[in-house]
Amino acid sequence: MAVGKSVERLDAVAKATGRARYTEDFTLSGMKHAVYVRSTIAHGIVTGINTEKAGALPGVRAIFTYEDVPDIRFSTAGHPYSDDPSHRDPYDRHLLTKHVRFEGDEIAIVVADSELIARKAAKLVEVTYDELAVLNTPENILAENAPQIHPEGNLTGEHEFSVGGDMSEAVKASAHLTESSYKTAMVQHCHLENQIAYGYMDDNDNIVVVSSTQIPHIARRIISEALSFPIGRIKVIKPYIGGGFGAKQDVVVEPMAAWLTLKMDGAPVQVNLTREESLSCSRTRHPFIGHAKGGADKDGTLRFLDLDAVSLTGAYASHGHAIAQAGGAKACTMYPRAVIRYHARTLYSNMPTAGAMRGYGTPQVVFFVENIIEELARKSGTDPLEFRLKNVGITGDINPLNNKPILTHGLKECLEKGRELIKWDEKQKLYKNKKSGNIRSGLGVACFSYASGTYPVLVEGASVRMVLNQDGSVHIQAGATEIGQGSDTVFAQMTSETTGISFEKVKVISTQDTDFSPFDTGAYASRQTYVGGQAVYKAAVELKEKILKYAELITGQTIDRIIIAGDKVVLKEKPEVTVITMRDLAVDAYYHKDRGGQITAEVSYKTRTNAPSFGCTFVDIDVDVKLCKVYIKEIYNIHDAGKIINPLLAEGQVHGGMSMSIGAALSEELLIDDKTGRVYNNNLLDYKLPTIMDMPDLKCAFVETDEPTASYGNKSLGEPPVISPAPALRNAVWDATGAKPDEIPMSPKYLFKVFKKSGII
Amino acid sequence: MFDIKQYEKAESVKDAVRLLSENPNAKLISGGTDVLIRLREGHSEYSELVDIHDLEEIKGVSYTDTGDIEICAATTFTEVVDSEIINDVLPVLALASGTVGGPQVRNVATIGGNLCNGAVSADSLASLCVLDALLITESAEGEREIPIIDFYLGPGQVVLGQTEILKSIRICLDNYAGYGTHYYKYAMRNAMDIATIGCAAAVKMDDGKIETLKISFTVAAPKPIRAKTAEEFAVGLEPTEENIKKIAKQVMNDVTPRDSWRASKDFRLHIIETLAERVIKHAAEDAGGES
Amino acid sequence: MITREISFILNGSEMCIDVDVRMSLLDVLRNEGFNSIKQGCGVGECGACTALVDGVPYDTCVYLAVWADGKEIRTVEGESRNGELSKVQRAYIDAGAVQCGYCTPGFIMTTTAFVEKHKGKDIDRELIRKEHAGNLCRCTGYEMIICAVESCMKDS
Repeated sequence: MAVGKSVERLDAVAKATGRARYTEDFTLSGMKHAVYVRSTIAHGIVTGINTEKAGALPGVRAIFTYEDVPDIRFSTAGHPYSDDPSHRDPYDRHLLTKHVRFEGDEIAIVVADSELIARKAAKLVEVTYDELAVLNTPENILAENAPQIHPEGNLTGEHEFSVGGDMSEAVKASAHLTESSYKTAMVQHCHLENQIAYGYMDDNDNIVVVSSTQIPHIARRIISEALSFPIGRIKVIKPYIGGGFGAKQDVVVEPMAAWLTLKMDGAPVQVNLTREESLSCSRTRHPFIGHAKGGADKDGTLRFLDLDAVSLTGAYASHGHAIAQAGGAKACTMYPRAVIRYHARTLYSNMPTAGAMRGYGTPQVVFFVENIIEELARKSGTDPLEFRLKNVGITGDINPLNNKPILTHGLKECLEKGRELIKWDEKQKLYKNKKSGNIRSGLGVACFSYASGTYPVLVEGASVRMVLNQDGSVHIQAGATEIGQGSDTVFAQMTSETTGISFEKVKVISTQDTDFSPFDTGAYASRQTYVGGQAVYKAAVELKEKILKYAELITGQTIDRIIIAGDKVVLKEKPEVTVITMRDLAVDAYYHKDRGGQITAEVSYKTRTNAPSFGCTFVDIDVDVKLCKVYIKEIYNIHDAGKIINPLLAEGQVHGGMSMSIGAALSEELLIDDKTGRVYNNNLLDYKLPTIMDMPDLKCAFVETDEPTASYGNKSLGEPPVISPAPALRNAVWDATGAKPDEIPMSPKYLFKVFKKSGII
Repeated sequence: MFDIKQYEKAESVKDAVRLLSENPNAKLISGGTDVLIRLREGHSEYSELVDIHDLEEIKGVSYTDTGDIEICAATTFTEVVDSEIINDVLPVLALASGTVGGPQVRNVATIGGNLCNGAVSADSLASLCVLDALLITESAEGEREIPIIDFYLGPGQVVLGQTEILKSIRICLDNYAGYGTHYYKYAMRNAMDIATIGCAAAVKMDDGKIETLKISFTVAAPKPIRAKTAEEFAVGLEPTEENIKKIAKQVMNDVTPRDSWRASKDFRLHIIETLAERVIKHAAEDAGGES
Repeated sequence: MITREISFILNGSEMCIDVDVRMSLLDVLRNEGFNSIKQGCGVGECGACTALVDGVPYDTCVYLAVWADGKEIRTVEGESRNGELSKVQRAYIDAGAVQCGYCTPGFIMTTTAFVEKHKGKDIDRELIRKEHAGNLCRCTGYEMIICAVESCMKDS
């Protein structure tokens, strides 16, 4: 049995020995290199483009401009195609553009023999512009005379919902009311491997794209749309990928690589973004501006939350308003008994394009929710932890958005566990005397809720193929993609658990090739173990039955009396008796002249459930008031992610999410000049990604519920860890200093302002 | 791949001076952590190189006959941090050198290169300023000594001529013996960062009072500065908390930080004052004074 | 094109090649098939291209290939022999320090130098942090990487 064990990840040796091959490690002789000519202004219309000098550079093979690309608008967002047009992403971009919408927009592209030549040539392309006003605040974006960033206008999307009862009555019934405005910054994924893809043609008809993508099957569909090229003649291959975190749920370079090879007579062409391009010209997290109100009873019962959010999607919609929608929806199950109203707008702006990023809008919305909850708790004179314990959902509460009961809600248990681990009560007392002077101590807590997949907004399907090999081992091909989170390994564990075949005999083919890999929409929405797991389970059951049926056929032992145990079929009641080895069974199936055949199982299954997952962060900090710096002394994330399939991998997911949220809370922001839209810090020196010296010891724990809708009791875990550390830190800074921060990052620069305003410096 | 058009490896300082004289467009490359980055950014003025990487002649730290310290310019930061001499008598320089970038950068970046690129945020700079370092150079015109405070002309600009090479950094015995010192790099991260403000101080005590204070800041003005008003004010004061606060206030007369996207002027001024207090306090304690 | 002949020892084997002076050590090592050297930034800010030069970690992206002349270079490919992983490689796997794997080879080389340098000494997490600060990781939050280094030190 393999589920629940910290088995070694399948790709660990390949990665630790440097043998794992990523996209850039595959080279084709004669590879051409393509480099974009990017706009040097944030908003305007190109009036002239001169490629003469660039074209004269030896080694330059072609230069294409916006005039050369197909007149097809497409969307790069890596969503499955939606049969509901209202759920389709805005088709708002061409392969290259004349109307530049952010600093770094793609005007032309140079193809050359080497990357060095292509970069030099791209710099030699001369572009002139008619400049337009740069729009980057809700006020100037929505101003009546504002230029239109896209023909459809500057509003990308807007929606509102109100659940749980009547808002005006809830307001009237509240003894304590509070409201505040908040902001979250534009941050970036910073996967260590930048976006890269190359395209080539096998013959005259078929395009092959090798790409560092989270979504090979979706990439194939988008390439097909962007080029108006038949999907059946496009093949996308996904080798190992050096992190994605949502940025590679967007098809940033793949359609261009495909189009270029088409234009270059099938020659291999690589598009390999630099770190600078990846930081400011791929995707970011949507910055949110929020206004929140809350109300509570005299006794500290939460009555309502009223949230208003503005999300800036940048130059192109990408995932657009889906982010603000998902963020609002996923945050609802934290406090399901309150009246909740949520109104959100997503606006285009002349900033880098925002897309999917770990947490998908939820970190921003939960930042608002957990800030206003903290304010309500303090206003009602309740300990912030007690306030949450009183108001968070419990198992059996109804999810107000879909009116279905929440079958496993472990948030309260998570809070109790965190209280113990951080020694909340003890430290609360201890820190009462540490609220003045220069070094001040504080505690913070914040909760989150999330979902496991995107259903019912989008289709949730997964496909898995299992093949019994001649040696009795099993190969699994899944459409779901390993991006570092460990999905291949947990699929092997699940297969072993369900079939009885030993874990060591199960191999998951890590590479997806859309010609061979069954259909799956890819790695996003923390869906792999939950959605993919269900397909794996069904395929494993089918494979097991086929194997046992075949064993019955060749041995005469009836199927109800035998099971698979490791590398053999044994008697259920007397497992020490081998009925037939898996190897002998497989050889018979493959090579017997009169019976058998390759034993395979293939399942494509659409999930029609979505289990919310929960958790919280507890943090203990010191603040050096004069230096405006926060020092994390202890931090815990506690998760209800259902049953944990692989504890070591699960902890790794939690640590990674925590660090990303700590970075967003304390240091990370992609900064742009208000007036010009120029990006100041698109490099890893100036973008303050935490180094190992900036990261405290990270600790986590799990409350294991058993989710009945999942095949293995499991719920989402990939994204959830990134949600609650930031608001917990914010609440801790407030607790320590008495000065209330309302923005992240709480960089020293920002805390200086907050501390100054509150008079503590 | 870098867009290098001309490349010559120098065998000695003399050879490097000759190569620089022969090609007025040539630039020196030593550790490479600045030049190669600029080349990658497409700055073609660095495309003709005279390579002095790893030149033994200008590596190492030693005492002179007179007890001065000679730090050769091509000594890497790791070598500075690990140097027994530096740790024994110039701990403030070891402290500062340990804050440069990350380990890989310190393993290749040189203390001389850190000065010659003219960056006002250079991590070794504030410490070298309070040590009144002398920079020894050689050019086609011969050798000269330049006090560090006169080395900088403005952001990114130093007094070096086209054929002039920084050979070593000399710290005179009088400028380190008997001083207590401290350095603090204020940055947004604890590694791999450039200083928002750098502050070094050296204090000599006499009978419980400050005899000499030297205090220097980086990124507090277009050039590295010594806070002369504060230094003069401090003479004769006991290093009490109150007095140190007063001295730190005097620092404000000497600094002119600018507003930039990296940090506002107000914020920098606040940090300058805060660091001045802390660094003077530490340096005075190090010098044996109570505070 | 200006070339120089350079000789060096790469993972224990002698190499003698003509290199274009414009090339970084990263370019040369990757061209020679040592793909564990990853490019994450090109400017020495991420450490994904870390190799050991005479036992010391360097960012090979900002290290000219000609400087490798006469040196001994080690990449992660040379750390395991005949299917036997090095202690550091094994520790990374056992601690759970490997996720997407892109930073892993660089980190393992930094740790390898660290373990060799501090063998037998008492080390703490702060020193581990200080000497691994030139390698960035976005997947792990560094926690399990630190655990891996600790476990190497315990065994040494």
